[in-house]
Amino acid sequence: MATASIDRDSVPAHWTHRHLLDLERLTPGEITLLLDTAARFKEATDGCRQKLAVLAGTTIVTLFFENSTRTRTSFSLAARRLGADVIDFSASSSSLSKGESFIDTARNLEAMGVSAVVVRHRTPGTPHLLAQHLSVGVINAGDGPHEHPTQGLLDIFSIRERVGDLAGVTVGLVGDIAHSRTARSNLWGLVKLGARVILCGPPTLVSERWRELGVEVSHDLDEILPRCDVLNLLRIQFERQNTRPFPSVREYAHLYAMNRDRLKRAKKDLLILAPGPINRGVEVTAEVADCPQSLILDQVTNGLAVRMGVLWLTCGPRAAALPGGSS
Amino acid sequence: MASLVIRGGRVIDPSQGIDRIDDVLVRDGQVVAVGRSGTQPVGRVDETIDASGLIVTPGLIDMHVHLREPGREEDETIETGTRAALAGGFTSVACIPNTEPPIDSQAAVEFIHQKAARADTCNVFVVACASKNREGKELAEIGQLVEAGAVAFSDDGSPVADAELMRRIFEYCRMFDKPFLAHEEVLELTAGGVMHEGLVSMVLGLNGMPAAGEEVMIGRDIALAEVTGGRLHVMHVSTAGGVALIRAAKARGGRVTAEACPHHFTLTDESLRGFDANFKMSPPLRTAADVEAIIEGLIDGTIDCIATDHAPHALEKKMLELDRAPFGILGLETAVGLAVTRLVEPGRIGWPRLVEAMSTRPAEILGINRGSLRPGAVADITLIDPAMSWRVDAARFASKSVNSPFHGWTLQGRAVATIVGGRVKYRLAEPAAV
Repeated sequence: MATASIDRDSVPAHWTHRHLLDLERLTPGEITLLLDTAARFKEATDGCRQKLAVLAGTTIVTLFFENSTRTRTSFSLAARRLGADVIDFSASSSSLSKGESFIDTARNLEAMGVSAVVVRHRTPGTPHLLAQHLSVGVINAGDGPHEHPTQGLLDIFSIRERVGDLAGVTVGLVGDIAHSRTARSNLWGLVKLGARVILCGPPTLVSERWRELGVEVSHDLDEILPRCDVLNLLRIQFERQNTRPFPSVREYAHLYAMNRDRLKRAKKDLLILAPGPINRGVEVTAEVADCPQSLILDQVTNGLAVRMGVLWLTCGPRAAALPGGSS
Repeated sequence: MASLVIRGGRVIDPSQGIDRIDDVLVRDGQVVAVGRSGTQPVGRVDETIDASGLIVTPGLIDMHVHLREPGREEDETIETGTRAALAGGFTSVACIPNTEPPIDSQAAVEFIHQKAARADTCNVFVVACASKNREGKELAEIGQLVEAGAVAFSDDGSPVADAELMRRIFEYCRMFDKPFLAHEEVLELTAGGVMHEGLVSMVLGLNGMPAAGEEVMIGRDIALAEVTGGRLHVMHVSTAGGVALIRAAKARGGRVTAEACPHHFTLTDESLRGFDANFKMSPPLRTAADVEAIIEGLIDGTIDCIATDHAPHALEKKMLELDRAPFGILGLETAVGLAVTRLVEPGRIGWPRLVEAMSTRPAEILGINRGSLRPGAVADITLIDPAMSWRVDAARFASKSVNSPFHGWTLQGRAVATIVGGRVKYRLAEPAAV
């Protein structure tokens, strides 16, 4: 894991993908490689503070069709730490509002010579469609409620930093599972690495059918609480819901908010994650968000490490030589 | 006028219980007889078609076709859509009135008839709107539309959400003995949906359209049809629960009939994993259990007929994100191949049942004088090569659009000649065997 090994030509041979579209279709070995790579970058940049010039001369575009602050900032910063130029492209400021299709927009950017496209879109599968139409790398920065692979990786990375091996660790994903891309990416990554996953929330947000994927489904946070090593508190995605899935925020918080009282009944070394932006008082109270077991700020730093690793794997010169069909 | 002999094919006509190797004799646009040509007084024979090895059927009828004209000529026109019908072996189509403007007036029906006459391709029967402007608020002028030639009524594309209006439609259509063709959907349950609601939609994070969204409405309409004595025809039934409801209604002696689409007995919601909008249609592709229930419904006659719901969309409309792309799939040019490949070849149904489902029953439901090779019948005839293996190539479609998920598939069974009113309107140019 020597710093010297990180350069433009040293991408491991067993990484064979041009794109990072989802975690569902990655093998456990590939997910471990992504996590190990993030660890190398975190170490080589002194905790994500220093620069490395491994992507100097490349240009990365962040193509965001949906609002975002932290994910976009994190990708931009990660790219700059690696010496890449970054173009930020927003749907609101673009020809999309003039009726251009997203495929045409992306092809235009590709024609300008970018090395990779980091895309966020409200519709599941849009990064996958782009990957079929572009020859450069496509990184999914969140496609509707489908997946958010770098968020899943950084959550798992943050847990792994504290507990080491994920096998046998019990992780509760609590909240709006129905509309959460973070939940899906966490689910796939955690299951593949051998963790026990519990999905928890009201039946209107957590379908019983998730059991078919080998995870536990619960509607009772207080019952699962003593069994969890980690809780990941997911935001209620009001903007994606057609109809209100619970009577009031007050009632939701009563049943599912992680508060001081619940913290007392949890394992002493329970780790708490929240992908953000957090709604203090809804899924987590302020005192829990800021407690010593909270990894919320670790997640932000680790997001840089994960994204540096992903950019290096997908848009280094070796990636450009990979066949276009693989994803 | 000319006479024609179709010699030595396997003639299947369920309306007369015929299934034998025989000749079909045609004169002046009418069937003279099914029988050995040497024994019949046909007089001078102008044309002979050697049908040995082929299946000869009453012309196929697709009772659910979106021709898009007027208003969406970038997707399809009456001419291109009816040419696609001929290439698929269909001698008649019933066109659905969700055009712009919708077909809710005598003038609009007349427009379709004139355009169809000008195209001079296959027969076009007009399904007219059941409600004014297809808004689901008040009855369309159904009596005058019947006078103009409308054969059935439908607000397809949308359900009739208002149960009271639905009841009035059944009652009023009864006076003319016309069926109501129902698009069964509870819009509150499918809002924002792009695919079947199930494990696949959950994993993909796509909004789902639950089976109950279709079944609740089928149940409502069966109840209203039974109460009024109206004629309900359930369009594009796609769920096992829907098939069960229709089966039970038929067992009670109800006048309900139903159709299923080739894509609903061929594909499942797993197809959406590639996020290709060509797999997006309404009702959506369901589960393997639903596919099996549709096939069983076709076997036992619960589902009377096969209709395609041919729904052309220009390429640029389908190259959008899944939630922005429109619902719909082409059907006319792949229906025979899919039916033979999925139903006949595996031994699920026999050829007579297939011909019944694609000709006899649609003619009976629409009350049109087609679907038979009886002496004196209009000589609409389809010749099918049951053994031909061919590759679907969307670039060669007669349709104006290419939104078929079956592009590149190899199918067995294809129409090789389509005869309308005694005239050969289509012959497969070169048997592009695979």
